[in-house]
Amino acid sequence: MKVVTGTKIVNGIAIGKIRIYRAPCYDIDDSLVEDTGAEVARFEQARGRVQDQQHVLYERALQSAGEDSAAIFEAHELMLDDEDLIDACKEIMLKQRHTAEYAVQEGFDNAAQMFRDMDDPYFQARSADVIDLRNAMLDVLLGNDTDSMQGTEPSILVAEDLAPSETVKLDKSLLLGLITREGSSNSHTAILARSMNLPTLIQCKDIADDWDGKFAILDGYNSCVYIEPTQDLIDSLTARRNKDLGKEALLQQLKGASNTTIDGKTIKVFANIGGPADVGEVQTNDAEGVGLFRSEFVYLNSKTDPSEDAQFDAYKRVLETLAPKQVIIRTCDIGADKTIDYMKLDKEENPALGYRAIRICLTRRDFFKRQLRALLRASAYGNLGIMFPMIISVREVRECKDILAECRHELESEGVRMGRIEVGIMIETPAAALCADELAEEVDFFSLGTNDLTQYTCAIDRQNAKLEPFSDTHHPAVLRLIRMTIEAGHRHNTWVGICGELGADKSLTETFLRMGVDELSVNPKSVLPLRKIIRSLDLSKPIGQALVQEQ
Amino acid sequence: MKEFTYTITDPVGIHARPAGLLVKEAKQFNSTATIIKGDKSAKATSLMKLMGMGVKQGDAVTVQVEGDDEEACAAAIEKFLKENM
Repeated sequence: MKVVTGTKIVNGIAIGKIRIYRAPCYDIDDSLVEDTGAEVARFEQARGRVQDQQHVLYERALQSAGEDSAAIFEAHELMLDDEDLIDACKEIMLKQRHTAEYAVQEGFDNAAQMFRDMDDPYFQARSADVIDLRNAMLDVLLGNDTDSMQGTEPSILVAEDLAPSETVKLDKSLLLGLITREGSSNSHTAILARSMNLPTLIQCKDIADDWDGKFAILDGYNSCVYIEPTQDLIDSLTARRNKDLGKEALLQQLKGASNTTIDGKTIKVFANIGGPADVGEVQTNDAEGVGLFRSEFVYLNSKTDPSEDAQFDAYKRVLETLAPKQVIIRTCDIGADKTIDYMKLDKEENPALGYRAIRICLTRRDFFKRQLRALLRASAYGNLGIMFPMIISVREVRECKDILAECRHELESEGVRMGRIEVGIMIETPAAALCADELAEEVDFFSLGTNDLTQYTCAIDRQNAKLEPFSDTHHPAVLRLIRMTIEAGHRHNTWVGICGELGADKSLTETFLRMGVDELSVNPKSVLPLRKIIRSLDLSKPIGQALVQEQ
Repeated sequence: MKEFTYTITDPVGIHARPAGLLVKEAKQFNSTATIIKGDKSAKATSLMKLMGMGVKQGDAVTVQVEGDDEEACAAAIEKFLKENM
């Protein structure tokens, strides 16, 4: 057995025979021609053909990988229309009397070199696009057959590098996985592999020609490929692969299904996210919305206090991508265990009970208003909910709402477009849970933050491992506070969700549903397993034996 | 001649697809539009040269438009930049 490592693009396992994919070799003759006009005509004819091909590839990528991945083929069509590039090629044919093939090779290679010499990795990666177009032109001019290079049985394809058009042209039913020696995670091949969810390894430097036809396992989880693996490895990775397939099957089976119990009660299952990068996970796991978008990332990823515009861009991107799904963004929850230099917060004896979250926002109005203005501006692009953390009193909620209204008026007078939003609060202190009736009159929704609620109710520091023996995540006091909050919310038409870790605790799902919870917001990977449980419950039947109760 | 400056907000800068669409936009007019950044410049109808300028987020570019329909052309390009880059 041989193990070779690379950089993974997509997790997952592919098992099968290797097929080495050899790029066609172009042997271009530098002899001179008499009829230069005929060469220009051949060039123009090939250009037309390649543009048609790129258009077909665009349509195909649109189907298999979506608009973002397909866009590159649209750009290819435009590149082929570039006047400078065409003029450079024509000059080689007309003035230097070379063949169309020679002109294409020289002209396109020069353009590729320009990109290769640039500093920015995005632009450097564009050289591959130019080479891709060059090869497509040469294939047409030389009459190469590019369709037969994949063989006839499903295999793990190994290549030096793949151009975007080569990746899209590959027959998916014959493709188990992809390994390349070159490539970057910015390349379109990587992007396409991601959107097709194809196990892929790039920068695999030790690819060898003698792999052709050998049995192998591509292990995306461990970023490596095993050539002629041992039986033990085959067995364990086959089991892992089957587990993955099971998950995919679950996804297929539950995607688009509603979170409805056997007796007909439907709740929402949302996802918790930490930034725009997690949006893909929300979509692939089919969450109905985002129940907790931690806005801390905009503060933590910045060296200075982030501007209103920078925040607006990040919020807008998430809202726009997920629209019409609801996205609930929690306002700044800095302090306690999350500190930031530029905020210049004093060191405190007892930070969990200290100057944090809404307490900072209500004393640093300008800072708070920047975030609220960014949120309101972004509300025009999707379905936004705003949620205030660490609330203990009605007075605080009213103050937050006043500042929000002030921002709204300012933006209105500036002529800024805004959307309708829901306003809610986190219930994560015993004080808020006990005052839930009064608080419910002020807001559209509650979201129970069970991690802090448990820590504050039981007086157990959640970071302190020594307290482990004393902690009980199903403590009856916490469950009672949750029930009280749900009931108080419903008395005032305020919907109630859970966004803490308890929301994903499958042993509590039935308990929460019986309490009447309206929404559970969990990490994206728990969305579909939770949907499966909800669909298996029947609340009209007597309470199950294993059910966790408050008493 | 019409002239204005614009600061690129797109995180990748003037990249392939919007640059291609800008070319399409610019080709609809008789006027010649030139995009200038520092000592580099490119015609708005020249895709590779535009990309070759390596314009990044936060870079300010100057746009000069000259021709019989320069008024309309400058307005169209400014609108396009605001919406796409």
